[in-house]
Amino acid sequence: MRRSKLLYVPFWATYVFLYLPIVVLVVMSFNSGESAYSFEGASLRWYGELAGDERIRDGLVNTLIVAAGSTVIATVLGTMLAVGLARHARSKLLDAIALMPAVLPDLVIGIGLLVLYGALQFTLGLYSVVLAHGMFATAFVAAVVRTRLTGADTSLEEASRDLGAGPVTTFLRITLPQLAPGIIAGALLAFTLSLDEFVIAFFTIGNDDPTLPIVIYSMLRFGVTPEINALAAILLLVSFTAVIAGQRLTKIGERGPRAQD
Amino acid sequence: MKSEVKARPVSPARGRRLGALVFLSPGLAYLVVLMLVPLALLLSDTVFQRGRFGGIVYEFTTENFERLLDPLYLNVVVNSLKLAALTTLIALLLGYPTAYLIAQLPRKWKTVALVAIVLPFWTNFIIRVYAWIMLLSGPGLVNSGLKALGLGPIEVLYTEGAIVTGLLYSYLPLMVLPLYAAIDRLDPQLREASANLGASAFTTFRKVTFPLTLPAVMTGSLFVFVPSFGNFVIPELLGGSKSIMVGNLIRDQFLKARDWPFGATLALALVVALVLLLLAQSWMARRA
Amino acid sequence: MSRTRFTRRLPATMAVVGLALAVAACGGGSSEETTTVAADQLKPNADLSKQSLQVTVWEGYLPEELPKRVKEKLKVENMNIAYHDTNETAMAKLTASGDSGVDVAFVSGQYAQALNEQGLLEPIHPELIPNLANLYPEATQLSYDKGNKYSVPYTWGTTGICYRSDLVKTPPTSWNDLLKPPAWADKKVTMMTTERWLALPALKALGYSVNTDKDEEIEKVREALMAQKPHLLTYDDTTFGDRLVSGEALMVEAWDGWCPTTNEKQNIKFVVPKEGSDLWVDTMVIMKSSKNKEAAHALINYILDPEIHSWAAENINYKVPNKAAMDRVKIAPGSLLGITPAELLNGESIIDLGQASTKYSRLSADVKAK
Repeated sequence: MRRSKLLYVPFWATYVFLYLPIVVLVVMSFNSGESAYSFEGASLRWYGELAGDERIRDGLVNTLIVAAGSTVIATVLGTMLAVGLARHARSKLLDAIALMPAVLPDLVIGIGLLVLYGALQFTLGLYSVVLAHGMFATAFVAAVVRTRLTGADTSLEEASRDLGAGPVTTFLRITLPQLAPGIIAGALLAFTLSLDEFVIAFFTIGNDDPTLPIVIYSMLRFGVTPEINALAAILLLVSFTAVIAGQRLTKIGERGPRAQD
Repeated sequence: MKSEVKARPVSPARGRRLGALVFLSPGLAYLVVLMLVPLALLLSDTVFQRGRFGGIVYEFTTENFERLLDPLYLNVVVNSLKLAALTTLIALLLGYPTAYLIAQLPRKWKTVALVAIVLPFWTNFIIRVYAWIMLLSGPGLVNSGLKALGLGPIEVLYTEGAIVTGLLYSYLPLMVLPLYAAIDRLDPQLREASANLGASAFTTFRKVTFPLTLPAVMTGSLFVFVPSFGNFVIPELLGGSKSIMVGNLIRDQFLKARDWPFGATLALALVVALVLLLLAQSWMARRA
Repeated sequence: MSRTRFTRRLPATMAVVGLALAVAACGGGSSEETTTVAADQLKPNADLSKQSLQVTVWEGYLPEELPKRVKEKLKVENMNIAYHDTNETAMAKLTASGDSGVDVAFVSGQYAQALNEQGLLEPIHPELIPNLANLYPEATQLSYDKGNKYSVPYTWGTTGICYRSDLVKTPPTSWNDLLKPPAWADKKVTMMTTERWLALPALKALGYSVNTDKDEEIEKVREALMAQKPHLLTYDDTTFGDRLVSGEALMVEAWDGWCPTTNEKQNIKFVVPKEGSDLWVDTMVIMKSSKNKEAAHALINYILDPEIHSWAAENINYKVPNKAAMDRVKIAPGSLLGITPAELLNGESIIDLGQASTKYSRLSADVKAK
């Protein structure tokens, strides 16, 4: 396959662009001063503070619960929506509805949900954030999976149906494996978007213990300290380790031919 | 490859209806309850008046729609369009080659490259923005780099350049991931056939690869354009509030002015514009 | 959804009450109204062990161990604190649904006024808060809520110019030093972004009231702010202190409590410009939807205890309107805690202007749009 060397310029530019601030952020985690954006000297002070900070720790746990819960909902419902829209119902209106949460301003979603939950006399809590995040993430998953479905080769699915399989069996045995890369990309997106979402979470969490972004926003009035940088540095380290370890592990079980390519 | 077999145990029409019911109803029900109903509740406010101290007076008025025509707001819309479009264009120019090369990577590196795209976003937004403030500020890294190259210092922070940088940084993954999902699906035989027929790499890209990934280009562009258009934090933190966007206007109506009817009207205008975009996107996707 | 209907016009006088008058009138006046509202349902001897408290407040604004101490001391069943980042988001949360579950909220004075106008606040029952007697007399006559009918002040202060005394050529004395920065401060000044405080320096420099609703005065303010914009570093009302520390900015518009004057090495000073300024008050209010009103009153009473209330002055450097509490605080020379109530009352307190407040939203959008 011929590939122009020129393509590597934007490729590496993307990664440099994405990681340049991350380097700064990690460096700042060793700041001895109080400010998250002016460096005064090197120290491990904020790692120590982090170890004893319950609010940050609880916030992180709640954030992970919300992100995991909403990613599961969004991945399942989003994938089903994408398949249904691409294979079973052709409607521009339904297409638009499925994409809409991804394009509504977060503030409109947040306040709208607050009004709805209020009208329903719903007691708010972590679960109402899971439902809210799951809602907009569904749209993202559906759209990403759709990009893999449109124009895809449907002969295998047709063959499956011809052989007597129902839509669900066909979906589980044929469509799903073909869609896997799209589903993974969609789930990654859903998880990532939920982790850092503030506005919708703020309005739908009620008086439950806050997620991490809410904790950090509420700190703004008295200054965000490099403690958050220390937390980020640790999270990055853990994630990188997990990804590299995962990659080492999958390498072993990966001799067979690819499903598609 | 299309099957011509006629005898099917499940009739296609019935299979399709059943499939539609099974696959669509849970997701659509979810979206209707949690998105359309709240949206309808908010949008019903557009025809009412703001109470003197916030809240809503239920007296009919068309004043909110008249206020949409205020040149001040039109200016903000035009400016937002410009910044969001520029962001989307750069995201596409960076994101397409990136997604393309990720899709060509050996499988074991693919996931790593993909996760590496989203990993920066697992850190908090505020500190990512602070990192950019440090990079872009007067004595910051960007200017130090320029100085090393013999170029004069430039003023970046608190300009529209900083806003575009921040928006691009926030939404680039939303461009890369759909593109990756689409490019990865392409049959390499198509490109080989094209090459065998004597087409140059560029011609193959232009005539084969790009048209097949056009729906994903549209999806990715929409994912970058729309939140850029509605963002209000980046124009404040990186743009220094010196050049606000539609998102700031809507936020200010709901939170600062406590003028929900007009906030809802602005949001409605935004939603209508976006639905038109979505319909265009859906039309392009169906055609491809 | 509880959205209340408001067609009643407030007497225009309310909008422009001078604070000097307020001080003069201090003392009598309000008692007959407070007794009429106090007569209803609340029981002074209610069993607090069946009540739980939900508070919403800014992060770091109350002592961390307060919930524990409140549980021990007041014997309430539970106390939980939620945090909000700004007055604005707190308002949206408190007004969007009928019952936010919040019993006691901390918001600034003009926001308390707006909540009350929307019928969302429980009148304060003074007989349940004997510690109200600890407040400075001035603190009971604030123009957004004369007689503390629905709010109790927690902290107060003013707005001025916070600056680097080692880097400025001449210390600022006037709002015009900020509005028309000298060449050495070009692009090294910041202004607040919240609309009423965005307008404040120009309003005062031009000799207008901070509560003006006259179009021609607001237009003059717009012109001044547009002229200033090219010489501004940024609009900012959260991190201006850091900007002075790093030297990125030399002069910033700041609330006194946010101006980091305590570290001598940083050479940061605060001045109230000669044209005058505002008086801001952060207050405690009880929501009408609260089901724990006796406990809410008991909490406010407990916070007004000099030992608890002095915490804010000692730990977050905010002045508290509580004489008994301030008497306990050692005030270092040069500390902004030394600003006296009488000096504070030279400032004009910002009140919610009702319909006219949208003029300030438009002004803010107009100045900030490209």
